[in-house]
Amino acid sequence: MAMATGSPQGHTRASWRAGVALGLLLLVLFLLPLVGGQYAQYLAIQVMILSLFALGFNILFGYTGLLSFGQAGFYAVGAYGCAKLLLLKPSLLFGVLGGVAVAGVAALILGILCIRHTRIYFSMLTLAFGMMIYSIALKWRDFTGGDDGLVGVPRAPLEIPGLVHLSMASMGRYYYFVLVITLIAVALAYRLVHSPLGLTLRGIRDSEGRMAFTGVPVRTYRLIAFVIAGLYAGLAGALLPPLENTVTPPMAHWTTSADPVLATLLGGIHAFAGPIVGAFLLFMIKDIIVRFTEYWLIWLGLIVVVLVMGCPGGVVSLARARWLAPRPDGEGS
Amino acid sequence: METLAFQGVVGLSLAMYLWLVSAGLTIIFGVLGVINFAHGSLFMVGAYLAFTFYGLLGWNFGLAIVLSLVGTAMVGWVMERFFLRYLYGVEEAYQLLLTFGFVLILDDAVKMIWGGVFRIPAIPAFLEGTWPVFGRPFPVYNAFIIAAGIVVGIVLWLGFERTWWGRTVRATASDREMANAIGVNVPGVFSGVFMVGAMLAALGGALGIPVRVVSPGLGAAMIIQAFVITVIGGLGNLKGAFVGSLIVGILSAYGTLLFPVFELALIYMVMAVVLLVRPQGLFGR
Amino acid sequence: MTAPLLETQELRKTFGRLAAVAGVSLNLTEGTLTAIIGPNGAGKTTLINLLTGLLVPDAGTVRFKGEDITRLPPHGRVRRGLSRSFQIMNIFPSLTARQNLLLPVLSRLGRNLRALTRLDRETEADAEVEALLREIGLWEKRDARAGALSHGDQRLLELGIAVGTRPELCFLDEPCSGMNPIERQAVMGLMRKLSGERRTTFVIIEHDMDVVFSLSQRIVVMNHGEVLADGTPDAIRENRAVREIYLGGEV
Repeated sequence: MAMATGSPQGHTRASWRAGVALGLLLLVLFLLPLVGGQYAQYLAIQVMILSLFALGFNILFGYTGLLSFGQAGFYAVGAYGCAKLLLLKPSLLFGVLGGVAVAGVAALILGILCIRHTRIYFSMLTLAFGMMIYSIALKWRDFTGGDDGLVGVPRAPLEIPGLVHLSMASMGRYYYFVLVITLIAVALAYRLVHSPLGLTLRGIRDSEGRMAFTGVPVRTYRLIAFVIAGLYAGLAGALLPPLENTVTPPMAHWTTSADPVLATLLGGIHAFAGPIVGAFLLFMIKDIIVRFTEYWLIWLGLIVVVLVMGCPGGVVSLARARWLAPRPDGEGS
Repeated sequence: METLAFQGVVGLSLAMYLWLVSAGLTIIFGVLGVINFAHGSLFMVGAYLAFTFYGLLGWNFGLAIVLSLVGTAMVGWVMERFFLRYLYGVEEAYQLLLTFGFVLILDDAVKMIWGGVFRIPAIPAFLEGTWPVFGRPFPVYNAFIIAAGIVVGIVLWLGFERTWWGRTVRATASDREMANAIGVNVPGVFSGVFMVGAMLAALGGALGIPVRVVSPGLGAAMIIQAFVITVIGGLGNLKGAFVGSLIVGILSAYGTLLFPVFELALIYMVMAVVLLVRPQGLFGR
Repeated sequence: MTAPLLETQELRKTFGRLAAVAGVSLNLTEGTLTAIIGPNGAGKTTLINLLTGLLVPDAGTVRFKGEDITRLPPHGRVRRGLSRSFQIMNIFPSLTARQNLLLPVLSRLGRNLRALTRLDRETEADAEVEALLREIGLWEKRDARAGALSHGDQRLLELGIAVGTRPELCFLDEPCSGMNPIERQAVMGLMRKLSGERRTTFVIIEHDMDVVFSLSQRIVVMNHGEVLADGTPDAIRENRAVREIYLGGEV
């Protein structure tokens, strides 16, 4: 539960405002297919996918203090995993959950190699392993389709044998599917972050040495955070193939790994909603930049530099200072 | 058998580019304590600059290299003096993020300024031709590269161990407050070291232009390899960087010969083994 | 005679050519409060680092409650009932005082891994944390960010984290440094209380001789990595060798 050093009235006012804002947002999200066209729904799905990607990244970075430049690797594993499964058996849940599972396993294996090191080393390793996955996706033609990737991935119907069979052919249906999955995943993450495990991860970020002396095996918990981030990246990736009907190697490239990093920096590292806000902002920014120039990486790079030099707390930290009651650093919203 | 030996020597010349870049990365880390994610991009900038002077404008090869070093050193200077310097006391993550931002900027900037992919320029006349090695023609230019790499290694070693400048740098690296207290211009040393590191990377890039294509992907590919070398050899350790470069270079050459589809697999496997068996690298502490 | 809680045999640790700890054999009895004193560089902190698992000795063994823990990592030792505080402040700066103490308590209750329960529903942990906060006098500042607390308060918090796991054996590295007399009394009171009520065994490194002589039942004097003298406060006061190394100052 968020705690404030401000007055009780100030605290209640702030939660009330946050609650109303959240309620409005949910209303908009649920009504979108009724008022927005196909393209708006498509964009919203992309933003939700990026939000999940960034949320997982921040559990690793903002909460545990580990900066990974290779999350796109698990994003791609989730995507390719889902695509392969859907091509095998066109059942949406089978594909998506299968993709997540494969990504989780990949995160476990690579995690064991990466988390035993100092933070700097860790960051280097994640970049290297992320690109290793990219190389595999690019070169292993027989399995991944190489350069061309996998095509013809169906937007399979949502089926639970005996209970449900829903076609996902319409964009609206798939939008609601992604929305529900996203809300569940966000709620889970929220619960996790405000649980004893969440506090333990933050303790690890603040002082690993001290943490060890409270009786906690720090490496194990780093691995847990890494796998959670991998699962969320995998989920984000797995939601893409049914939408686009294709997966290609650039999904694993380090420039894709930059997306959750940027989204989180933009929105705020130390706020739960930061990555989500940042995902939305990043999308808008990319959308605008791409209209003017094909060189959008340079602008993203400039944004990173400006943020790191000037405003490492991200947009949410600015909003907090003005609209919400003063809170101790590091509290979730 | 001869094919294998020959390929080994080819790998040796490949290793030298890697060595130049890794040496720069290692020195910067050893003295400033910063991992410069943009180091591969500096390699790329060096290559593009040298290519512009030698390949596009047709100037003298040696002059082109010198100009490329100067230009890249200036880029490095700007990065350190106006940005990185302000983050020295701050959490490492922000330093990594900053240099990551530079990668994004430089990689696209290069695309903007120079456009797409170019033809490889001719090898300078006096370095043309081949020598027979293990019964096969080995390009003189590659031998030149190997010689250059070894010379740089010796110069660096002598520089750090025997000169006054080297001693000052090492003192600053181990205790910057103390160095400051005895009158060393610590910020100046940091800038200087960063520029030297940038020049090493640029040298690697510049020397490569008559044999490989300059393309925007060079930077990213190089930094990944530099990281792998650092893992294998050990962080902050010139000896480790040299040996690591040799291993990666020679393995790459064998990989291309024996597993043409996925030559990188061999290197990543070695990296994984090192990580499991000796996590601090072969020469790391 | 009860078995010693902790015993070391010929513990040795060398850095380069310097033997920081040169063959220390020590026994600690349950429920006692021992002070380790000695000039700077005597090897006191290195010894504590060896006993708490931050360093692995070059030779010698450490046994805790009969079990060989020489190579056990810190978190394993804490799980078995050890704990420590640090000379250089080592709290969780971005967390509140309350959260700082929640961590060791949650660890003791084995609840760190709970990912789906709410932190604000940990009633058992909360109760313990409240008691501890009141004990060290930080209840009013429970929601303050630990990094923003005064130096003295941070030291108290540091102590709180160390005793939060309800250790059987607690090493405190200069617990009273930089504290005003009131805070010092609070720390000493807490140690006496825990020593009496819970039979917690304390080992403190301290330079403040008032604290050392009024609090400890046993004093171990170290110099050059070895134990120079070991006995009751009175015996140490009389010891000529000890007097010498303190340059004839009032001991």
